[in-house]
Amino acid sequence: MMQAEEILKAFAPHRGNALVVSGRSSKHWAKISTMPNRDLALGDPAMGGHASFALGLALAQPKLKVVLFDSEGDLQMSLGVLSMVAEQRPKNFYHFVLDNECYATTGGQPVPNAKTIAYDMLAKGCGYPSSYAYTNLESFQVNVKRIMEESGPVFVAMKIVPEVENVPIGQRAPRLTRTKDQAVADMRKELGINN
Amino acid sequence: MTTEGSLSPEIVLAEMKKHGVTHVVWLPDSETNWLYTLMKADPAITLVPVPREGLAFSCAAGLHVGGAKPVILIQNTGLMESGDSMRGWTMGMNIPVVLMVGYRGYTRHGVNKDTAATYTEPFLNAFHIQYYLVENSSDAPRISVAFEEAQKNKRPVAVLIGDEYHGFNS
Repeated sequence: MMQAEEILKAFAPHRGNALVVSGRSSKHWAKISTMPNRDLALGDPAMGGHASFALGLALAQPKLKVVLFDSEGDLQMSLGVLSMVAEQRPKNFYHFVLDNECYATTGGQPVPNAKTIAYDMLAKGCGYPSSYAYTNLESFQVNVKRIMEESGPVFVAMKIVPEVENVPIGQRAPRLTRTKDQAVADMRKELGINN
Repeated sequence: MTTEGSLSPEIVLAEMKKHGVTHVVWLPDSETNWLYTLMKADPAITLVPVPREGLAFSCAAGLHVGGAKPVILIQNTGLMESGDSMRGWTMGMNIPVVLMVGYRGYTRHGVNKDTAATYTEPFLNAFHIQYYLVENSSDAPRISVAFEEAQKNKRPVAVLIGDEYHGFNS
């Protein structure tokens, strides 16, 4: 088991100028990233959609790497996205799934069959050309540079320690430093997009 | 091949291209299947198949944010499946996208025998989504209206394709 923040810190030196969709790890990534205008912290527009969103972004920006920090709860809700990605084969797409085995934002209830699903095998079976799984930080640190140098799509499943929230949503500290509208506007401006 | 009174797939595709569509995010259905061959042969358009319609909305949002111009092509049954994704990923993110929706069960003013048709327009109304019905080629300019409204209001706008089993098969 790893801490999500430590994974993000290990990834950061290998980011290059990639676009990062930080998913449920946004509160950590906001403190680590040095290129906020290339980050999309969107909160939770609708659960299960981050991977297909990031795929769309990767297809629209094929010259830039797109990195997604997904969650296993989101992925379980939309497993079909794995075949979508595999069919499109975006060479610029890096799909990290941070697997805490539970719905942390609703009190830590386990996701279905939390302990024994091999997400890397699901991705491989759906057709991702590269798929990995890590349970300790040292192994990831050794391999992250090589992973980011691979041609995508790449899938990486990572076991993380749950950060369970169990207070009413209205009483929680905000996870985002900008609204999602502002984050989108900042990235589009950074990329010179005005459609 | 166009039959009088039917909806020409060439005209539908021309409307898409007129508005600069780059990607069609879609799941096949009986009402709009006739577009497939044309779209697949067109190098200016990339098809992005989805295994479940809700994924089309989040994918389209990513395409738009990245500067592409997506259209969503699905059936009314899949539209209803997509409610939360449509809310969160398109309306909640101000995504200007046209939904081309096959209107399964549509009978004009005939006897409706399909609950997919029963709930299609009430569903769109519940989400405050503007929509236009296209039954034949003379209705095609409504597709342009949909594109213009989507762009102006930064919201999804639907085009209901009411021409079942026509086009290439007429």
